[in-house]
Amino acid sequence: MTDLQLTLNIWRQRSSSESGKFESYEVDNLNTHMSFLEMLDVLNENLVEENKEPVAFDHDCREGICGMCSMVINGRPHGPMKGTTTCQLHMRHFKNGDTITIEPWRAKAFPVVKDLVVDRSSFDRIIQSGGYVSVNTGSAPDGNAIPIPKSIAEEAFDAAACIGCGACVASCKNASASLFVSAKISQLSLLPQGQPEKNERVKKMVAQMDEEGFGHCTNTGACQAECPKEISVDYIRKMNVDYNLSNIKG
Amino acid sequence: MNNYFTSTIFRKILAALSGLFLTFFLLGHLAGNLQLFISGVEGQTQFNKYALFMTTNPVVKLLSILTYASILLHVVLTLYLAFKSRQARPIGYAVSSGNSNSSWSSNNMAILGTFLLLFIIVHMRSFWYEMHFGEMPYQYLDDGTKIKDLYLITTSAFNNPLYTLFYILSMIALALHLKHGVGSAVQTIGLKLPNYEKPLKYIAESVALIIPATFASIPIYLYIKNL
Ligand code: HEM
Ligand code: SF4
Ligand code: FES
Repeated sequence: MTDLQLTLNIWRQRSSSESGKFESYEVDNLNTHMSFLEMLDVLNENLVEENKEPVAFDHDCREGICGMCSMVINGRPHGPMKGTTTCQLHMRHFKNGDTITIEPWRAKAFPVVKDLVVDRSSFDRIIQSGGYVSVNTGSAPDGNAIPIPKSIAEEAFDAAACIGCGACVASCKNASASLFVSAKISQLSLLPQGQPEKNERVKKMVAQMDEEGFGHCTNTGACQAECPKEISVDYIRKMNVDYNLSNIKG
Repeated sequence: MNNYFTSTIFRKILAALSGLFLTFFLLGHLAGNLQLFISGVEGQTQFNKYALFMTTNPVVKLLSILTYASILLHVVLTLYLAFKSRQARPIGYAVSSGNSNSSWSSNNMAILGTFLLLFIIVHMRSFWYEMHFGEMPYQYLDDGTKIKDLYLITTSAFNNPLYTLFYILSMIALALHLKHGVGSAVQTIGLKLPNYEKPLKYIAESVALIIPATFASIPIYLYIKNL
């Protein structure tokens, strides 16, 4: 349990209507077992004791499944580790005396609410536009009534691992939401239950993605590299194919 | 359908198809240029006859119109998309991720492309404009006819070390543009199937290297020959 002392450069912004700036903080008495969010908790306790406004940041589960803990750490969404959310990032990956710059997700479609907190309801609107399957209510159907090949089930499940964090948008030089949208399309459209609405789904979700002001995909692959769930860009390829086919079919 | 034509995905498809068409055009163009390796009167005659054919044949005319249209479409669409994606991130990051998550070429397509556009303009001014509208020197053939001497124009252009250097730098820009571009286009049109990812990557990167390298070898050869 080594002691750690850090300099933090953090984006402070009081509200979406005000402009923000970086503030620098010194924190010591940290240890390498802490998670990145626990490190920020220590900073916030210090700030509260000094009668200063604590740094606002999003978090919920702190176990890598809710996707809330959005922040760009030294230029990398969720920090430098592969397949890791900020809450699962541990301070042992930093060195004593390091300076760490922490910024919010940057995208027109993710306006800053306060400090590091951004509004990701653009993602919700994309899901609302078509990211569902319609089912009749009534008695629960037999879970095994529809046979699904293992490989397809696996592929759909891999897409469903997306936690909607928005790191793909944050990392993309075009602020494109293609990885998120394609994963949310594939998790339904690969399965038999997703077939009836397949064409409409891809059309509506892509239209909403464009409408929200996300950029286009230039296949840099930054999203896949930064995604904490390591979602594959192959879902983007599938989305392109499905989108084109569904429009050609009319 | 209305949404389709203004969607980012459709525009990307057009950018990819025009880019791939231009890549095929380059292969054809390269095959023609290779004739510059034939030396002496024989090479001069062959190249000039080829140039005459290329400026008069109706099928070539049609292809050339397609090529101009592709360049225009590609440039307008890609620059428009690059502009739109700028707007998608009004406030940038203080710390850049650099190339830790993506290749240098993929992050600099617009700069590379703009350099290529500059090259295309200079290149067309030097050869295409001269051939069509310039005061060309003539080569007199054995059968008494005369023919525009593009061979002389070309070989003498590459006497100039600066012009030769510019050409070589442009081919490096082309290599970097294609290094990301070919693979990206294959992905955009949906053909980068996971099972073939490795071989496709090798093919795309070989194309990206071999086309510009072979193009560049010609002015290097002409420059050294003229020393
Ligand atoms: C011989 C000339 C050229 C060839 C063969 C070529 C080829 C390509 C290819 C294959 C792509 C990939 C498309 C995709 O990602 O789906 C591409 C992308 C691109 N090109 Fe070109 N290009 C050429 C000239 C230019 C010029 C003159 C410009 C700009 C002034 C330009 C700007 C771009 C940009 C910005 C992209 C990225 C677009 C995107 O990914 O959305 N290119 N090019
Ligand atoms: S695709 Fe990955 S990076 Fe994008 S929202 Fe889903 S989990 Fe986050
Ligand atoms: S806080 Fe839930 S994923 Fe990090």
